[in-house]
Amino acid sequence: MGRALIVLASLGGALILLVQILHTTGTIAAGFADWRPVLYAYLVWTVAFAVGQVMARGQRGLRALFLLPAVLFTVAVVIFPTLFGFYIASLDWNLSSFAGPHFNGLGNLIGLFNDSYYWNALGNMLFYTTAVLGEYAIAFGLALLLNAEIRGRKFFRVVFLLPLMLSPVAVSWMIGKSIMEYRFGPAATLARTLGWDNPAFFASPWIARFSIEAMDAWVSIPFIMIMLLAGLQAMPKEVLEAAKVDGAGGWQSFRHVTFPIMLPVSVTVLLIRMIFKLKLADIVINVTAGGPGGATDTVSSFIYRVYRDRSNVGYGTGLAMFYLLMIIVLLTVLLRLSRRWTQKVA
Amino acid sequence: MLIYGALLFWAFVCLFPIYWTVTTSFKSAIDVTQGHLVPWLDFQPDWKGWRSLGLSPDSIFETSTARAEFVSRFANSIITSVGASLLALVLGSLAAYGLSRFRYKFGWMRNDDILFFFMSQLILPPVVLALPFLVLYKALSLLDTRLGLILLYTLTALPIVIWIMRDQFNAIPVELDEAAFVDGLSVWGAFLRIVLPLAVPGMVAAFILSLVLCWNEYFFAALLTSTDAKTLPVMVASQTGSQGINWWSMAALSTAAIAPLVIVGILLERYIVSGLTTGAGK
Repeated sequence: MGRALIVLASLGGALILLVQILHTTGTIAAGFADWRPVLYAYLVWTVAFAVGQVMARGQRGLRALFLLPAVLFTVAVVIFPTLFGFYIASLDWNLSSFAGPHFNGLGNLIGLFNDSYYWNALGNMLFYTTAVLGEYAIAFGLALLLNAEIRGRKFFRVVFLLPLMLSPVAVSWMIGKSIMEYRFGPAATLARTLGWDNPAFFASPWIARFSIEAMDAWVSIPFIMIMLLAGLQAMPKEVLEAAKVDGAGGWQSFRHVTFPIMLPVSVTVLLIRMIFKLKLADIVINVTAGGPGGATDTVSSFIYRVYRDRSNVGYGTGLAMFYLLMIIVLLTVLLRLSRRWTQKVA
Repeated sequence: MLIYGALLFWAFVCLFPIYWTVTTSFKSAIDVTQGHLVPWLDFQPDWKGWRSLGLSPDSIFETSTARAEFVSRFANSIITSVGASLLALVLGSLAAYGLSRFRYKFGWMRNDDILFFFMSQLILPPVVLALPFLVLYKALSLLDTRLGLILLYTLTALPIVIWIMRDQFNAIPVELDEAAFVDGLSVWGAFLRIVLPLAVPGMVAAFILSLVLCWNEYFFAALLTSTDAKTLPVMVASQTGSQGINWWSMAALSTAAIAPLVIVGILLERYIVSGLTTGAGK
């Protein structure tokens, strides 16, 4: 009974899909104006599938019902588009040209290897990702400060958290386009009084890179800090007291006690932060648009421009897919390394 | 003493950009070019920036196209972020409860593999999905609709909701479920009537965190909306280039865009911290 329902729903869904495919390719006249009905068909199919599960498998079906909605949603919104993305990546498809999409094989991949702007953006990602270590150092300092015996801890904690709440786009204007503005921005004025005659934050490559990084750090240091603070607060007090009894100074007890205990938390937070750093785009798009000469470009902001300025969907997707593969390889290696490293130290 | 010096310095670093933006929205051109900082002391505050948005006391009752645009973007932001957070909370809580209580087997995938499958969505950079979605949404007539954005934002928030809620459910003893079964409740009855009410703090934390993520999202919104479904960040971004030295109106717009989350951050800091630190220190 339940199985029959699933089979029936699958057949119905497949039929609608087939009709729409034939309609789009022009084989038959019957069909829908757009693909929206296929989406509804998928929704109906998921309901039928869930009901069928319960009818066919009883108690186990009821349990599967908890997981099914999230799984079916993710399959529809991630797995399918990603696979579809690999297909687009193999096309020569420019939305602004009259010729429609046509198969290009590995053409995009070959183009990618000769695209110096793309490799330049990847090089910049190396800088931005390494800069996470700097963010981590500052955040660790702040977490230690908040963990000390201080008054008004609640106030400082709320204040230190605030930058995390702000939208990177708003921050782009607030800091990048006004505080760091060349003529009237307070940061430029301050730099002039400190003796830097020409405080252009976005004119030369390295200064621009550091300015972008500073803004991103400003937004994301609170996240690292909060995670580290939670780790510090979970640390048993006796350990530090024992170190003090043994005559360890502040630096020594940090170096030999606090830091090793915090290592697992540190590795976790660094990995999460790197994952988010690899998505960096908003600030770059809005402050420098990748300039000067691509010096601040991230992979995401570069692909954004490939699409926005050149409407090159096929090539842009190819770049993105290659980037995804590189991220997966990098993270797998990092995970292995960090696991081995923490085991060795602990 | 040194400690308080450092604390105050960093508090200044955190607060100055916000202070600067709020005060600049009350400045006129000459105050901007001369770099005045303190209202009433070195410049006379004026509603200039807010008037350009149609939100100052003297212009609030007149019709204003700028205000109409702002209100529609604000409404889009609220609808998409709240809608997506609610959807993610429903889908995520169900999946998290299942993963915390039952043993699943989908082919070779066990519970840990399924959890990893959900969490691995986090590494997907938005660019990977953006262009396929552009093509798909065009075919589905979902381009430039709020529903289209809600679906994508749900996806961004889902892994975090599952992570937080699974931890939350793991902390609730299984004996409670078993007692409910003895009382004759089904699996779903036990979940809805006994366990879920106990998990409310975690749900609040997960909801707020996904709200923050969705409210601030720019990349998808910039690519997938054009007129109807534009959100606040897209509006802020589209005006940054064109305004010249019209800093007062940009400042007013930025202030309005960050204000809701600054208030949320101040009032609900506890939940944000508990959501972020789920699983840390264990």
